[in-house]
Amino acid sequence: MSEEPVILFEKVNKWFGDFHVLRDIDLSVAKGERIVICGPSGSGKSTMIRCINRLEENQQGRIVVQGIELTDDLKNIDSIRSEVGMVFQSFNLFPHMTVLDNLVIGQHLVRRLPKAEAEEIAMTYLERVKIADQAEKFPGQLSGGQQQRVAIARSLCMKPKIMLFDEVTSALDPEMVKEVLDVMVDLANEGMTMLVVTHEMGFARTVADRVIFMDEGQIIEENTPDAFFDNPASERAQNFIGQVLHHL
Amino acid sequence: MEPILKPFIEQKAPPQQSTGLVAWLRENFFSSWFNTLVTIILLWLIYQVGGFIINWAFINANWVGDSAKSCPNVDGACWAFVTERWRLFVYGLYPKELYWRVNVFYGLGLLTIIAFVFSFGAYTKKFRLTMFIGFPIAAYIFLVGGVFDLQHISPESFGGLLLTVVIATVGIFGSIPLGLILALGRTSDLKVISKVCTYFIEFWRGVPHIAVIVMFVALLPIFIPDGNKIDIVVRAFIAFAAFNSAYMAEVFRGGLQSIPAGQFEASKAIGLSYWKMMGYIILPQAIRNSVPALVNTCISIFKETTIVLLIGFSDFLGIIQLSLEDPKWLGPPHIFSSAYVFAALIYFALAYGMSKYSLRLENRSNVDQH
Ligand SMILES: Nc1ncnc2c1ncn2[C@@H]1O[C@H](COP(=O)(O)OP(=O)(O)OP(=O)(O)O)[C@@H](O)[C@H]1O
Ligand SMILES: [Mg+2]
Repeated sequence: MSEEPVILFEKVNKWFGDFHVLRDIDLSVAKGERIVICGPSGSGKSTMIRCINRLEENQQGRIVVQGIELTDDLKNIDSIRSEVGMVFQSFNLFPHMTVLDNLVIGQHLVRRLPKAEAEEIAMTYLERVKIADQAEKFPGQLSGGQQQRVAIARSLCMKPKIMLFDEVTSALDPEMVKEVLDVMVDLANEGMTMLVVTHEMGFARTVADRVIFMDEGQIIEENTPDAFFDNPASERAQNFIGQVLHHL
Repeated sequence: MEPILKPFIEQKAPPQQSTGLVAWLRENFFSSWFNTLVTIILLWLIYQVGGFIINWAFINANWVGDSAKSCPNVDGACWAFVTERWRLFVYGLYPKELYWRVNVFYGLGLLTIIAFVFSFGAYTKKFRLTMFIGFPIAAYIFLVGGVFDLQHISPESFGGLLLTVVIATVGIFGSIPLGLILALGRTSDLKVISKVCTYFIEFWRGVPHIAVIVMFVALLPIFIPDGNKIDIVVRAFIAFAAFNSAYMAEVFRGGLQSIPAGQFEASKAIGLSYWKMMGYIILPQAIRNSVPALVNTCISIFKETTIVLLIGFSDFLGIIQLSLEDPKWLGPPHIFSSAYVFAALIYFALAYGMSKYSLRLENRSNVDQH
């Protein structure tokens, strides 16, 4: 790759107390790349992507995002967080604000846009995730799928260059999974750099440039989705795919 | 996701099926011979007790007079004691010609309560903030004076209900912001700040309040001589605000802990700084969740004002007790009981009002979140 990577992990190690959760992670993500991360529960997938916007701190190694090295410097953390959007399994919408205000607050407080302009931008994103008619409702009044689409719109409002998705469909009822995945596929088609923790193989096959398989804090395997799912190299990946397929 | 949201529509019992009053009575009070018996016994008790209360408090009561002799009927209340002394109870030793200043203070206090109980649409927040900051300042200006040509009145002459309300005001308005700061400190990631706040809170929660008041008031002058009586009031105020701020801090900490970690993570992920995250996302939810406990604490602050009796000040209850020792009013025990019934009624009315308010707030915040 000629261009500089937008995300770079070099020999990243992390411990929770005595527990070695990330082991010598090396990873390089190019601009516009779509990466799906999978692996058994507790393998460190969430922890790894949460290091990218410093929700977790690594103790060893280097993480560089958009050319900015992650250090304790608050300014660096702030500028990285404005470049990186994140969507969570549990939506995490702000329950005391309307859907519209959920989208306005960050633009207003972080990007310092005037309220009116922020609302306009918010509405265009709500339209994109097909939920503009719910703008005045509170999150508690929406279905899980609707809430998750609002959460995606809230992140997009901040105009991030990179989007992180952490099992965003696993808390949803099956019939709502598609409406959320559709939004993510659209986003991928627009060229967004995406790191997606998911076990949705269909999504991985249509969207991902690369699948990363993690186990016990290590990256075990990296490949194109078709190669990975059809011909996993390691035994652990074979077992994992067998279980996921079995489960579906 | 955590079930922090209550159901949108309240559940109600199915509609009553019974037709008319007679059916309803039969169903609820006379459905079996046992229920009928219980109903009859209860009715008889209500009749007896109610009759006694009406006789005692109204029919046989002694309403006016200026000494124990005005209350000859020992089977009735001696309200004369209250009607003759109420000014003392309400205004303490405040100069008579300046009662209007106390009235302004009470009025502003009422306005503050109104600001927090009722909703004023778009102005609600501004109104509440104005009163929360403005009321203590205005209270000081009007009650103590010494500014704007208002004659200076020493807090020493506060007493009765005035002293109770002033101490409660200092306790509540001082401990809420202090408690909030302590709670934020205790939950802070910075170890030093968190440790200092924790020790501060645990210290004040650990020591008996009586000991604190006595220590502040009796022991401090030994180390700092020539302390006069005004300083004692101020010291008592400081002690009162200090130990109540520890309780408030725990109230707010409870509220903070009720907020799921995801709220912090989502705030950070969209790039909010610590203070913006706290101010716009976490505290509005945490404070709302703290309200019931907060009002409880306010009620106990209010009841605890009587602790100043120990250091020679007479709050509402204290001044009633003091008046009872007046030789003019020495007499049969019904004077005592009347005085305490009166005190209990006033305390009950105020505490009841506060807890009703907290219930209202709880219900309203459930509605607001949808
Ligand atoms: N804050 C924490 N403190 C201590 N241990 C933690 C913490 N967060 C995660 N862990 C542990 O680290 C390991 C990896 O967690 P992580 O959430 O990254 O796994 P994951 O791959 O995302 O799993 P899942 O598929 O269940 O989400 C787990 O064993 C977990 O128990
Ligand atoms: Mg996870």
